[in-house]
Amino acid sequence: METFLQFLFSGLTVGAVYAIVALGFTIIYNASDVINFAQGEFVMLGGMCTVFFSLWGLPLPVAAVAAVIVTSLIGVALNKLAIEPARGANVVTLIIITIGASIFLRGLAQVVFDKQFHRLPSFSGDAPIDVLGATLTPQSLWVMGGAAVIVVVLWYFFTRTTFGKSILATSHNRLAARLVGINVELVLLTSFALSAAIGALAGILVTPITLTSFDAGTMLALKGFAAAILGGMGNPLGAVVGGLLVGIAEAMGAGYLSSEYKDAVAFVIILGVLFVLPSGLFGRRGTERV
Amino acid sequence: MPDDMLPDAVLPDAMLKVEGLTSHYGRIQALKGVDIEVAPGELVALVGGNGAGKTTLLRTLSGVQPASGGRVVFEGQDITQAKPHARVKRGIAQVPEGRQVWGPLSVEDNLRLGAVLRRDREIAQDLERVYAMFPILKERRRQAAGTLSGGQQQMLAMGRALLTKPRLLLLDEPSMGLAPILVEQILTSVADLKRQGVTIFLVEQNAFAALKIADRGYVLETGKVVLSDSGAALLANERVKEAYLGV
Repeated sequence: METFLQFLFSGLTVGAVYAIVALGFTIIYNASDVINFAQGEFVMLGGMCTVFFSLWGLPLPVAAVAAVIVTSLIGVALNKLAIEPARGANVVTLIIITIGASIFLRGLAQVVFDKQFHRLPSFSGDAPIDVLGATLTPQSLWVMGGAAVIVVVLWYFFTRTTFGKSILATSHNRLAARLVGINVELVLLTSFALSAAIGALAGILVTPITLTSFDAGTMLALKGFAAAILGGMGNPLGAVVGGLLVGIAEAMGAGYLSSEYKDAVAFVIILGVLFVLPSGLFGRRGTERV
Repeated sequence: MPDDMLPDAVLPDAMLKVEGLTSHYGRIQALKGVDIEVAPGELVALVGGNGAGKTTLLRTLSGVQPASGGRVVFEGQDITQAKPHARVKRGIAQVPEGRQVWGPLSVEDNLRLGAVLRRDREIAQDLERVYAMFPILKERRRQAAGTLSGGQQQMLAMGRALLTKPRLLLLDEPSMGLAPILVEQILTSVADLKRQGVTIFLVEQNAFAALKIADRGYVLETGKVVLSDSGAALLANERVKEAYLGV
């Protein structure tokens, strides 16, 4: 029981990060139909920028905020410089563009920062908390709590604010959005900025646990993608549930089978979903009547 | 009709002036120099068959389809290159072909997003006005728009456009796919809007219904205006009767 609980905690912690990466996929996919494989690089940039900004003398909270801002700007630049010029290109082309952008960002991080692993200090110390015989680190709580806050803020933004709703409207019908005066360029820009910002936040929260390096984003993108596919591409609730499930499956697989297979779990999930349930757990069910 | 037969300004105080407007889809020219004028308070109908360029013309007027030549002048300002949201801000709204409501969003959210550019305090009042015009929308305001019937979606699309507080309302085939009784209801509300002072440019394949309520009408064929006259005169025109009224 204690071991199960222990695996569950570690699964929920990484799962929370996958959920945020999957939400990042979802936001950009809904606004622009692009599956952004540079999503993992946003997470890496969040961690790496915070590490180096604090090495360069900024206090940790300031470094973290600056890292989120820098990553958002990189998200906006990605949209402006790589996605927008290819407007109207087919899906595969756009995916290849984002993969190219991801390789570029990884290379850039390697040049600007370095090739070493880096860590951040835990935000509230390392004294483990005992829960029913299993231990939970304070940083795990930070990751799960942070992810929960991100989910609630996004939910509020998309369902309660006019700007959030206008992003949803654009994703459902772009022509209608333009005809009521929604600035579609601004919507796209915001989606990329938002997606990059939450990715960076997840990266900052998780770096004290997992460490980070210039190529930390690749696996995160693939696992976040598995989570988004499992939940149903385009569905925010699906992204969160999918992220947590992938995280838990991975932790259980590593714990009960072998940690050698840890990374394989996500890929088995992708294959399984595509074979059995191609639209995912919460795949789009049309309510549109023609 | 050759261009030189068109007087420079049919209406000296036109609200909308379209001059020699052209538009292309790739190498295919959909509009071949369209000249149209709409005066404030008028209800002008544009009729024409499938593929005549009616929808392209409206999309070009709203700025969602680029013009390749010619000019669009609205209230004295050249807006040929203006972005769609800038045109909405100036007071041009469009009810697009096929309603295009946001299916998963609620009826009320659809309407409220019509007012997305507005900062004034009359939005709630205008929302009530739309609900008074189409009471069924008030009844279903919390329902997803996609669950409405075709006629109700048409009402919603009109309501949404009205919440932009338009001075010029462009309507693209509002009667398409609706039962005759609903066509009547929709066109009656169009005529009501005109009485409330909204200038209307109505595009219809249902030429008879459109010309009956229009002050003036244009006939568009393969991207060019081939006839223009008062609504009543077009209804009586032999050529129009034969081609569009099925008489």
